[in-house]
Amino acid sequence: MQSMDLILEGIQKAIYLIFTLDKEVLGITLLSLQVSGTATLISLFIGISVGTAVALTRFPGRQLVVSLINTGMGLPPVVVGLFVTIFLWRNGPLGFLEILYTPTAIILAQAVIATPIVTGITLASIQHLPANLRLQILALGATRVQMVWLLVKEARLPLLAAVMAGFGGVISEVGASIMVGGNIKGYSRVLTTATVMETGRGNFDIAIALSVILLLLSFAVNAILTQIQQRERPR
Amino acid sequence: MNPAGNAHVLLQAEDLLVHRGGVTVLDIPTLDVFSGQVLALIGPNGAGKSTLLLTLAGLLKPARGRLLFRGERIGNGGFDYRRHIAMVFQEPLLFDATVFENVAAGLKIRGVGRAEIGRTVPEYLERFGVGHLAKRSARKLSGGEAQRTSLARAFVTKPEIVFLDEPFSSLDTPTRDALIGDLERILRETHTTAVASTHDQTEALRLADRMAVMNGGTIAQIGPVAEVINRPADEFVASFVGVETVLPGHVLRISDGVFTAAVEGGEIEAVGDVQAGEKVLCCIRPEHVTLSTNTSFSETSARNVFSGTIRKITPLGLFHRIYLNCGFDLVAYVTRQSLEELLLQEGKSVTASFKATAVHVIRRGALPPG
Repeated sequence: MQSMDLILEGIQKAIYLIFTLDKEVLGITLLSLQVSGTATLISLFIGISVGTAVALTRFPGRQLVVSLINTGMGLPPVVVGLFVTIFLWRNGPLGFLEILYTPTAIILAQAVIATPIVTGITLASIQHLPANLRLQILALGATRVQMVWLLVKEARLPLLAAVMAGFGGVISEVGASIMVGGNIKGYSRVLTTATVMETGRGNFDIAIALSVILLLLSFAVNAILTQIQQRERPR
Repeated sequence: MNPAGNAHVLLQAEDLLVHRGGVTVLDIPTLDVFSGQVLALIGPNGAGKSTLLLTLAGLLKPARGRLLFRGERIGNGGFDYRRHIAMVFQEPLLFDATVFENVAAGLKIRGVGRAEIGRTVPEYLERFGVGHLAKRSARKLSGGEAQRTSLARAFVTKPEIVFLDEPFSSLDTPTRDALIGDLERILRETHTTAVASTHDQTEALRLADRMAVMNGGTIAQIGPVAEVINRPADEFVASFVGVETVLPGHVLRISDGVFTAAVEGGEIEAVGDVQAGEKVLCCIRPEHVTLSTNTSFSETSARNVFSGTIRKITPLGLFHRIYLNCGFDLVAYVTRQSLEELLLQEGKSVTASFKATAVHVIRRGALPPG
């Protein structure tokens, strides 16, 4: 029953670390939130625009684009990490930015992971709207921009799911973060990379503590969004 | 009723051609929509009714042709034009919001202020009988309530033309009847021009001033409702618009449950719950019309007896369709035997009769006061 003790001890430690506002843990948590939040925002901006555009237009090769987006929804983070690393490498195409092993690099990698997820869900939810709704909105006198805005608004509930899926995907991702961020203490260390490291060192109590925080964080963000989603439905 | 009347052409289509998947789905050399009138597009599924409506509404770009609104060509991708029209589809296509917000949508799109929206929207909610549902979610409406909301949303912007694409076809009969009645009243009150597609002839009879029968992407015949029905241009139109004689008129007097209606070129007795002065359509099925060559045909229980001449005879397999002119148009069926025995031929004088109970009466609302 030693493992049971280990888990209980870890949870105790987690509670202790949270309630004493441990500086290092707090820093890691805030950085995780900031990095994954920013990456999600970027992915929302790109994903909703691209997803809506692809949903509303017909062009040659569209089928291929949709297939690529759907494949992208399951991009393995380590593969993204590898390619972002290659791009940001000193001699790489984006090497001049000198952002490898910085939180910015993690944001970039996570945005690459989350964007196809948001794009795919947006595409599906806009396409799922009634076919004539677009024409109905135009017949109400809308400009093209108003039409797109009203469609996106109409798809707001599935789009909140896109936010949750995007954020959930990147906050829990470790492969890319460790590769492009480098897990540098006090600088680019996030909850997942810290958990990997502490586990590797045999510090299970801290690893469990970090995991519990990660779970709580993930739960809190989803709970808030779910709250919005459910309240949004008028009676 | 009269297309010439004092109505002017509000919307004009010229040389419209629409392709879909390499196939021509619409080919309309010319079409006029008259101001203040209701034009019904009727035809079977796939005849091009919806395509024509979408094209006229500026929502579908034709491969060729042009639209003139008040004599001016529609430009700017149809945007300015779209602010003068409204469209109601077969599905209500409501937003996931309250009934009030749905009806306010067109006004919000036009940048109308909150105060004005607060004044206008309730008025139109009441007009379409959904005032008590203002705060209800559009997702929780019955089919009829949803379509009423959709109609209110279309009319609240005070459009000059409303396009209606089979707006009642998914509703049950009582709901549809009530809604058609309300729409008819509102169209008349607001003098809104409308183009409505339907595959239901009764709907067209109740709402329309003019009727266009469509087939295979073309207009087979267009004209005043009674003209299209009583004088179908070809067999397709005749078979599609049904076979009834339809005579527009108004109620002159009522006695003992039987009323007399004045129609163009004569008076008809019929049975129905009507009011004096009310506009009605008198519909007579050809199998209910009896023909006789005896011109002193006076001893009969039929309340309606007219003498007339045979305008045209069309063979229909086992029987013949006889088009008569009795001062008004009338259609009768006779068997081949009767045709031969009575020596019926075009130009011959006959006496036609039908019972007052054989007249199907469609009310078109009371005459405006005064």
